[in-house]
Amino acid sequence: MSQAEDTSVRVTETRPTAPAARSVRRLWTLGLFRSELTTTFRRWRTLALLGVLAAVPVLVGIAVKIETSDGGGTGPGGGGPAFIAQITNNGLFLVFTALAATLPFFLPMAIGVIAGDAIAGEANAGTLRYLLVAPAGRTRLLLTKYATTMAFCLVATLVVAVSALTVGALLFPLGDLTTISGTRIGMGEGLLRALLIALVVAASLTGVAALGLFVSTLTNSGIAAMATTVGLLITVQILDQIPQLHAIQPYLFSHYWLSFADLMRDPVYWDDLTRNLGLQAVYAAVFGSAAWARFTAKDITA
Amino acid sequence: MAPYESGKTSAEGAAAEVEDLRAGRRRAARYVVPVAVVGVAAATIGLVPALADSGDPDLPKISAQELIEKIAASDVQQLSGTVKISTDLGLPALGDIAGGFAPGAGPSGDGSGSSADPQAKLMELASGTHTLRVAADGPDKQKLSVLDDASEYSVIRNGDEVWAYDSASNEAFHATGAAEHAEKGDKGGKGAPEDVPATPKELADEALKAVDDTTSVTVDGTAQVAGRDAYKLVIKPKQSGSTVGAISVAVDAKTGMPLKFTLTPASGGAAVVDAGFTKVDFGKPAASTFDFSPPKGTKVTEGDETKSQESHGSHDKAPKPGEGLEDGMTGLSGMKVIGEGWSSIAEFELPGGQGLPSAGSGDVAPEAQQLLGALGDKVSGKFGSGTVFSTRLVNALVTDDGKVYAGAVTKDALVKAADAAK
Repeated sequence: MSQAEDTSVRVTETRPTAPAARSVRRLWTLGLFRSELTTTFRRWRTLALLGVLAAVPVLVGIAVKIETSDGGGTGPGGGGPAFIAQITNNGLFLVFTALAATLPFFLPMAIGVIAGDAIAGEANAGTLRYLLVAPAGRTRLLLTKYATTMAFCLVATLVVAVSALTVGALLFPLGDLTTISGTRIGMGEGLLRALLIALVVAASLTGVAALGLFVSTLTNSGIAAMATTVGLLITVQILDQIPQLHAIQPYLFSHYWLSFADLMRDPVYWDDLTRNLGLQAVYAAVFGSAAWARFTAKDITA
Repeated sequence: MAPYESGKTSAEGAAAEVEDLRAGRRRAARYVVPVAVVGVAAATIGLVPALADSGDPDLPKISAQELIEKIAASDVQQLSGTVKISTDLGLPALGDIAGGFAPGAGPSGDGSGSSADPQAKLMELASGTHTLRVAADGPDKQKLSVLDDASEYSVIRNGDEVWAYDSASNEAFHATGAAEHAEKGDKGGKGAPEDVPATPKELADEALKAVDDTTSVTVDGTAQVAGRDAYKLVIKPKQSGSTVGAISVAVDAKTGMPLKFTLTPASGGAAVVDAGFTKVDFGKPAASTFDFSPPKGTKVTEGDETKSQESHGSHDKAPKPGEGLEDGMTGLSGMKVIGEGWSSIAEFELPGGQGLPSAGSGDVAPEAQQLLGALGDKVSGKFGSGTVFSTRLVNALVTDDGKVYAGAVTKDALVKAADAAK
């Protein structure tokens, strides 16, 4: 009780500062962010997660290559993840297929692990109080943690995309590609759209990241926070599949995830994309502020 | 906390308590932030459509006759836009049923093996909600795309060439020599995609065909559709016994182009067919929109009997959710029409007729019919006995001796017609 009081009081006291001190503090925040980033990305757990994500496009690429090596198509009906039928024409489509395959589960699960671990993991290891002893303030620490999680979102998505692009370039031809609307675009624009899609996918994960961070402030057990976040993710994914619940589905954070495919239409169909990004912003604002409310008022006992 | 308090005076203790209380309140106050964010988001979601809806445009008065002439005189050659179409015929899974019958039901030539065959594909439009993109540039350049999740199905006509491309299965369908078809487009007189079923324009044309002395046509104010000012034309059957409640067509005030088509059933409830532009632009679409060459590795099915198919109007045969509903299925061959106007009933014998399984016309294989038997209601009357299949719009009576009575009329009207025919 008294600890929580102490820090919050100190934060309010030190907030109004001279501009000089402020610039110093901003540098310090970046330092905190940098150290958080290196701590996160040096963990074996993080590297293992990224390794698994990088392996998915390799698996998909080799499977499609073997399946089509006898000259046959990928089979009738166009089942499987989105864009899979086009991979044999153009390796760039492996990027989209890999993202479509990892977005529903692998990527958010990895985010859930990192976000759930953010606060609760520190509390669990007994290092949270040391972080708070430094005059950074809780709000700043929380922002740093969220920024680190977002950086992981971006890195994880880019790992999938780059791995897929490499595998696609090695196994399949590259070149001009046909959008799903049937028009042709050049390789350069195709790569640009691939990058844009990777960014949209990373942005699609901000909602889950904020949710995970909020859960992480609720408990002192890192494992519990991760399990809860991933459990919520699975629950939401199931709810999104039940047709009778169509009334609430547009408000589920995962509902518009696959709208990134609309970027491959020509002209791009923006409606669902903007809905997706707006929804992610709302989730980030709601759960981010809830995490802030919880974390700044919490007793830190570990 | 207790060890510290022991040394304090009572006044200090009270002060600390007040401090605690304040701190507690301050903490609780923090939770106001997320709650407020939720509130603002909910209000935005709730209010923005309401605000966008408000205020019907102020347009000069126009009579129904003038408005119909305006539609007829409409000469839109170039447009691109997004159409949202929802069909709710009241069948649980019409798409599946229709899909199952598609290979046998349509004269699909050798294209039946391709998932890019327009006929099989466009049948899916007969149920559910779909987003379509249309583009047209003159009478011989048109494109219709059905936007699915992460895939798209496009029908592109560029002069003599007709391409259909299904990105989900990476298959294409190709037909050439659409000259007759182009003439047909000219005969239509409008650049608006004649090829394209399910656009508000097509549906409105079908509805206006049914306008006769059994119909009341009125102008019912104005509306905003896809950001454009429009008049609302309401078409209502005068006769009783029809299941059609009303058809409302929003007509663009400037171009006379129908922008939205809504068919509500007499029984009330949600619209059976609701097709409207959500975005429309009357500018010239980019020329590349109509260019298509199949990507390497795409399975291309050539439409062999193109000529004969085109002369049958293969694309027009693709089920328009409106066709057969409004004009009493005059497209069916070998059948009699009982009555006139909206409550006309089609009578034909099984197995007979062709196509249009989506209209619930009972034109199905015997095995499938057995299956469907479970879906219908048994009725009997002077004519004998039979089964009535109901949708929210079209009812069909299949008698045990193999006759079918179908129309956009109530069950009672069907039984009456069957009795009278006996």
